[in-house]
Amino acid sequence: MSVKTIPLWTLTGLRQGKATTRWRGHGPEPGQDGFLGMPRLDPEKCQPGCEECVAACLPGAISLTAGDSRERVRVDYGRCVVCQLCIDACPTGAFSASSDWAFGSRNRGDLIWSRTAAPGAGSTLKHAIRRVFGRSLHIRHVDAGSCNGCESELQALNNPYYNLHRFGVFFTASPRSADLLLVTGPVTYAMRAPLVQTFDAMPEPRFVIAAGTCAVSGGTNGGGYSCGRGLEGLLPVDVYLPGCPPNPPAIIQALLLLLERLPQRVRGGQITPEEPRSGGAHA
Amino acid sequence: MMCSSTAPAITDLAADGLESHCRAALAAGARMQFMYALFPSRDAPAQLRYVLHPGPGAPPQIWRCEPEAQPVASLAAMAPLLSWYEREATDLFGISFRGQPMPQPLVLLPGTLAERPPMTPGATTPLRHVAAPHPLPDLAGAARADVQIMPFGPVRADVLESAQLVFYYIGEAILHFHPQLFFKHRGMEKRFEGLAPRIGTVLAERVSGVGSVAHALAYCHAIEAAAGCDVPRRAAWLRVLLAELERLYNHLQYLGHLCHTTTLKVGEAQGKYLEELAKQLNCRVSGSRLLRGLIVPGGLSREPAVTVVGPELDRLEREFLRYSDLLASTNSHVDRLMTTGVLGRRLAFDQGATGPVERASGIDRDSRRDQPYGAYAELPLRVAVREGGDAYARQSVRLDEILNSITLLRAVWAGLPAGPIRAPCAAVPCSEGLGWAETPRGTAYYAVHLDAAGRLGRVKIKSPSFSNWRVFPYTVHDSNMMDYAINEASFGLTVSGCDR
Repeated sequence: MSVKTIPLWTLTGLRQGKATTRWRGHGPEPGQDGFLGMPRLDPEKCQPGCEECVAACLPGAISLTAGDSRERVRVDYGRCVVCQLCIDACPTGAFSASSDWAFGSRNRGDLIWSRTAAPGAGSTLKHAIRRVFGRSLHIRHVDAGSCNGCESELQALNNPYYNLHRFGVFFTASPRSADLLLVTGPVTYAMRAPLVQTFDAMPEPRFVIAAGTCAVSGGTNGGGYSCGRGLEGLLPVDVYLPGCPPNPPAIIQALLLLLERLPQRVRGGQITPEEPRSGGAHA
Repeated sequence: MMCSSTAPAITDLAADGLESHCRAALAAGARMQFMYALFPSRDAPAQLRYVLHPGPGAPPQIWRCEPEAQPVASLAAMAPLLSWYEREATDLFGISFRGQPMPQPLVLLPGTLAERPPMTPGATTPLRHVAAPHPLPDLAGAARADVQIMPFGPVRADVLESAQLVFYYIGEAILHFHPQLFFKHRGMEKRFEGLAPRIGTVLAERVSGVGSVAHALAYCHAIEAAAGCDVPRRAAWLRVLLAELERLYNHLQYLGHLCHTTTLKVGEAQGKYLEELAKQLNCRVSGSRLLRGLIVPGGLSREPAVTVVGPELDRLEREFLRYSDLLASTNSHVDRLMTTGVLGRRLAFDQGATGPVERASGIDRDSRRDQPYGAYAELPLRVAVREGGDAYARQSVRLDEILNSITLLRAVWAGLPAGPIRAPCAAVPCSEGLGWAETPRGTAYYAVHLDAAGRLGRVKIKSPSFSNWRVFPYTVHDSNMMDYAINEASFGLTVSGCDR
């Protein structure tokens, strides 16, 4: 065994070069090739009388409204776990695969599919967050009963590839020094009180992100004898981020959306075309 | 090809014969695996199932017992690993055991208000909870006043899963360690009830997110065993590809996290960077960084993008070899692992350790080889075993397994047979099946019981972290605070899999 290995590690780090990718904030983010995101709905292809997608949707993201019009399918992406079963089930191709992941939204209503993708009512924050926090944000994460999938992707934010610190965003241990409560999981009966206590311990102004479909609506695991429906009716939510799990760039997008450094991309359950931008969000 | 041939035999036992059968089986070298309760129908009395392995290479056996009266004899004193399963059956099914050495609740936290055991038929009221304090056990002696209690969690520092770690300690010395788990108990087994088998796969993938493939695999093996369906050869090979990609990214994450606890910063960054590369490969192969959505009863739902695997694997292997060489020659890292958290062979066997944890304690077991499934019998599988039982041995096993996963992946990539990837797998009403798979953390079992309509009636999940969390405290008692984080990381536990 060599005694002087620490210089070798330094050398390894130097030889590795910079692993962090440039955050583009527009267009496809690097490293996400092949990603299957929220299925897209084309109601024109929907067949009257067919209920295949509803039967295939475990979290109940797809429902039918009365009547036989093509608009009868209601899709709530806040409940979608990206399992792709509706695509397999649909005989006419009304659901199709997409790479859409930028589903961070200030308004719960923006996650529900609608033909007219108008901006939601709650699209401005209750505080001028940039004035209060400048460019720095400290997050207290609480796992309220996740499957550990969301934690796996949250932990990835600190790997050299995404390097969350470059945005001035840090995870912190104490709720006393946290600005943002980031919650994962459907909120189990035993995590309900610790979660609320953590929120109560945070100084104002404080913000909340529901990260992952479980925290937004309960997902596949909400309800039952042990779980709630995520943060529904429990805490005020500033940004909803469905996904199962949301991939790291989706989490970064949601954080920058909260900080008003990026615009919201999702309206009426659809990703809106981007406005041309001149530079990256970290510029 | 694989499931129908391994259908295990069921033996009916009377309740008063449980102890003698257990004693005889253990004396003959068998290991109990798990037990669970079920209500065969709404009005029927409860039934108990015990699953055991008679010996290496032999198929599992199932004992079925319909106790006429309760309490039922506890087998925990003979086979300690059954203790947690019995306590869970008491908490969730209301079954009482006689002679259980630890009769307090396990899954239901202290302070839980349950109108009825939540898995009994007709129980509808959700659980409620009021926090209960941790009383200091009665201690004698002069040092009593020096003993402190630190309940750490359930909300812990950093991005971690919720669990409360309770230390009873004096200064640096840990006298006693009690992990209060099950804050994350989601009632997952109940949620399967009434679902069509295909949709149950979505749920199985969400029991332990970083074990999505292996859980879906164990679940589908159980469904396929119940339906008597054979998986096409190509699908069996592709399932190995997905399972080994899962092992690869999990073990790389493990190394990065272990370096975090030994404060080897570049090692941490490099481990997590390699994990990220592996996850990006997952995404290109399957469309999901956690490899979700492909495994279904009867095979695969769609063809993964296999062609990208080869070149990426070369790059990953090159970088990994450089990384593992450096880890092996870094004294500051290795010194913290050696002799830390020693788990002896006997303890590992009796308390039910599984996966890399038991293999690092000298137990040569791996369900991929011992109860083979899928295409493993055709592929160059090597089982890594170490004798040391310490954190260093647990790291060594995983280092070896990464290399073997790369070998397996390359073999699948090079020799993948042609053909269909999915066979029909119609549910047979009133059938049952047992399935298993070797997750990155050990063996997961699923036992499924279908109802008269061909829907899921009862699904029991035996997750590896449930087993390893039970074992882990034995390596913490009488150790010291400085080693705790390293020891915990060296076990590679998940809370979600344990709590379900």
